[in-house]
Amino acid sequence: MQTAQALSMPHGTLPLLYTFHFYLFALVAVVSALLFVTRKSPVAAALWLVNTMFCLAALYVMLDAQFIGAIQVLVYAGAIMVVFLFVIMLLNLGHGGIGDTRGLGWKLAAGAVGLAILAEIFALTKARTPMTLTLPQGFTANEIAQSGAIAPVAAPLFNEYLLAFEVTSILLLAAVVGAVVLGRQRGEDHAR
Amino acid sequence: MLAEALFFSAVLFVIGLFGVLIRRNAIIVFMCVELMLNAVNLTFVAFAQQYGVGGQVFVFFVMTVAAAEAAVGLAIIIALFRHRQTVDLQNINLLKG
Repeated sequence: MQTAQALSMPHGTLPLLYTFHFYLFALVAVVSALLFVTRKSPVAAALWLVNTMFCLAALYVMLDAQFIGAIQVLVYAGAIMVVFLFVIMLLNLGHGGIGDTRGLGWKLAAGAVGLAILAEIFALTKARTPMTLTLPQGFTANEIAQSGAIAPVAAPLFNEYLLAFEVTSILLLAAVVGAVVLGRQRGEDHAR
Repeated sequence: MLAEALFFSAVLFVIGLFGVLIRRNAIIVFMCVELMLNAVNLTFVAFAQQYGVGGQVFVFFVMTVAAAEAAVGLAIIIALFRHRQTVDLQNINLLKG
């Protein structure tokens, strides 16, 4: 628990090892994402995306969100990507026959849109938020050190956000029913 | 590390957006959307470190919605493949008129 406190010291006194690993994981995530977008084979692309998600989980842990990091590995890298790989293999798309990219016009348009959005986001990061909103330095790390990694996330989830939490269960139910209806074989249509 | 995290999250988001625009395989386009959701999650977590743990709760909700979206989206792709025998987005232009 001491590491969590040590990791969120004021910006100037961050341990060199922490900064090094932060940049390492972030760069691996970006490179994996680039490889993911450019791979022809859907299976290779999915595996590079899994790599990106693992690196993001590491970044979450370094940003004092240990619980979210664990959920990222379990739900995203574990469950969602397995479903993606399962569908790729079910439809037998693994050989990458149709993995081609669009034409040059699309690529130029995509590059222009990407640069515009990147510039917009960088302009937004220059915005200053009111100081009254900012928590004292290391507040989250101290909270985790006192009451564990899960309690600080669970308390607002079951108090302030209880309604949203319950609505989420309805959303998941609707998604399950919708997936079953969409994925069903239309055998009875042919029989008629 | 807020500024660095925001920088990398913006880069990841734009890579995902680029993939959505240039790829023709519906499943890869769908995975690019997941990458964009992940980039936004990184922003939420980075802000949660400074502005309170509510950001982490939001990441939790984003992940739930992403799981629901993956289930429904992949079911749609399977139904589409059964109908058209392809997931190439250039051949799926029914709404184009």
